[in-house]
Amino acid sequence: MEYFLQQLINGLTLGSIYALVAIGYTMVYGIIGMINFAHGDIFMVGGFLALIAFLGLLAIGVTAVPLALFLVLIVAMLLTALYGWTVERIAYRPLRGSFRLAPLISAIGMSIFLQNYVQIAQGARVKSLPPLVTGAHVLMDSGKFVVQLTNIQIVIIVTTTVLMLLFSWMVSSTRLGRDMRACEQDLKMAALVGVNTDRTISLTFVIGAALAAVAGIMYLLYYGAIDFFVGFVAGVKAFTAAVLGGIGSLPGAMLGGLMIGLIETFWSAYFSSEYKDVAAFSILILVLIFMPTGILGRPEVEKV
Amino acid sequence: MLVPNDPKSAERVSRLDVGGAIKDAAVATVVAFGLFSLMLGLLTQPGPSGQLTISERPKLLIVSLIVVFVGRFLVAIFTRSLRVPLISRLISPKLSTSFRQLERFAAPALLGFALVVPVLFYSNRYLLDLAILVLTYTMLAWGLNIVVGLAGLLDLGYVAFYAVGAYSYALLAKNFGLSFWVCLPLAGILASFWGIMLGFPVLRLRGDYLAIVTLAFGEIIRIVITNWQDFTGGPNGISGIPRPSFFGIPFTSDPEGFAALFHLEFTPTHRVVFLYYLILALALITCAVTIRLRQLPIGRAWEALREDEIACRSLGVNTTNTKLTAFATGAMFAGFAGSFFATRQGFISPESFVFMESALVLAIVVLGGMGSQLGVAVAALVMLGGFELFRNFEQFRMLIFGAAMVGIMVWRPRGLVATRTPSVYLEKKKDIPAAIVEEARQ
Repeated sequence: MEYFLQQLINGLTLGSIYALVAIGYTMVYGIIGMINFAHGDIFMVGGFLALIAFLGLLAIGVTAVPLALFLVLIVAMLLTALYGWTVERIAYRPLRGSFRLAPLISAIGMSIFLQNYVQIAQGARVKSLPPLVTGAHVLMDSGKFVVQLTNIQIVIIVTTTVLMLLFSWMVSSTRLGRDMRACEQDLKMAALVGVNTDRTISLTFVIGAALAAVAGIMYLLYYGAIDFFVGFVAGVKAFTAAVLGGIGSLPGAMLGGLMIGLIETFWSAYFSSEYKDVAAFSILILVLIFMPTGILGRPEVEKV
Repeated sequence: MLVPNDPKSAERVSRLDVGGAIKDAAVATVVAFGLFSLMLGLLTQPGPSGQLTISERPKLLIVSLIVVFVGRFLVAIFTRSLRVPLISRLISPKLSTSFRQLERFAAPALLGFALVVPVLFYSNRYLLDLAILVLTYTMLAWGLNIVVGLAGLLDLGYVAFYAVGAYSYALLAKNFGLSFWVCLPLAGILASFWGIMLGFPVLRLRGDYLAIVTLAFGEIIRIVITNWQDFTGGPNGISGIPRPSFFGIPFTSDPEGFAALFHLEFTPTHRVVFLYYLILALALITCAVTIRLRQLPIGRAWEALREDEIACRSLGVNTTNTKLTAFATGAMFAGFAGSFFATRQGFISPESFVFMESALVLAIVVLGGMGSQLGVAVAALVMLGGFELFRNFEQFRMLIFGAAMVGIMVWRPRGLVATRTPSVYLEKKKDIPAAIVEEARQ
């Protein structure tokens, strides 16, 4: 029971990170119907920018951890958003109206490019950081096994919840959110009634990248290490989360993220950690076969 | 929507718009500063005590910003003053047609050259090995071309079938002592079974979903191979895979060997030359089968499926079976190529079957123009030749590869050969220009 509870906490933490990345996939897919394959690498870039920014702040004398983390959050979100914008501008916008597979192939190229760019710029070695947010609360102690809720887990879960609420509010109640929903329903029609579709799509990428940056920071803080390759696997899993929840649906991405996090954690805890990726990928295949629209997705209407 | 290319617009050369170009370049530089400031301007490195330290790299940052400024300025001058929306719109129709005309002569010429390569470069082991590599990828790309180019199904896990072929041969030959010629068809059959096994449930999915599922499948195969230690040797791989023999005669220096039997002086090159002709034959079989299949009902169904799935279904084409055959045929050729790879290397490990290999083969098919046999062969030559040229810049190789994939999509999304030749026609064979093909897709 204690073991189960501990795994539940760990799974929710991991799931929060996936959920934030999954939002980026689901939004882009909802609006322009493409899989932004480079999104996982944007997440990795976000983590790296946070690492560099943090070390840079230390070097210029900002040593108070809460202040430094806050600044790192701002810097990483802004710069990663810039990466998201640039990627869209260079690799996807010229392809709008091209044939179906072109944006996906371009996205794969972008993903390879970003991975190698970071590898060349910062080296291929794993970068590790000593734990910044320490301390834990003992929730349950049965003598044999102690259930802990660490402070970093609290930070991750709280931040994710706040960002999710903020983001849901944005989509449902602001001008930009309305534009985004209009674009999702029908891009051409939205353009006809005066929505600046190019701008909306750009902003979608910017917001998705900023959320991925937050996920990257949390990944860095939680695991204390990052390398240029983490984006690939994390990206595929976050995409799985988006599909599981129903691609195009925001609550779906959150739910899917949590579910993938839980499944992966429980699989590692009770079966084998070597095959945890196989578990996640198999779920992707199974979901697509039996529930192609996901848990909260709307069935796709095929028009001729 | 791209505006159709107006030939007059190109002639309307206005005066050089330097001011506008400088503005563009300045904006790009500001963006680049944001992108590069942390990533290139600062370097994190483990210090003496193991902790990460940070150092500045102002020179690198400034140089990269200058490169961005100059590059963007030149592009802006070009596009602004020539008023060309995309350079490719001007070049592509002509280039494609000329490439088409070339094809009639180029294909036999290239084939003739391929046949005499071992004669010409007999003493150059390095070039022979490179030629074998190019042919292996050409064969893989032709195999994938059936799936992607003809049937229009994006397969990102093609390397999985390559792995199945390689491991089938390695395990069958090592554990049961079967010869290469017995294992070759077996490997192909096993790979195509895997193709069917994967294809059956997932082929109902469309476009992008299919792509991701195949990617996931490729990763699953690789993870299983890595972790199933007692069966596949895990990350250490399988070594000592039997080398190929000349239809039963081994390439050794003893009296029973190939050299002694044919009264030749023994050299290891005999085996390399044999391997070369072997892969050439395999690749040509792949090509010939594809060309024949295109003219059969199944091939026509593939191409119809690529153009419009709903129309296909309305006309009574069994889409599931059609997709399955494309998948299985493509997988079979990957299986053949895989067992050739295993016998040539003598050693295989999961590292040879990573996602990058799938991406490379896909890039060759895309650059080749998805559907053109000659285009794919030339693309394989260009791509692997390019890789060899960048051998000394090992770390920049993949960077350029990724950028090239984006670049090809932006400038020539239809690859080298952008036109389509219909496989069925009335009286006269007419090329379908890329512009019309694109229209049909929407």
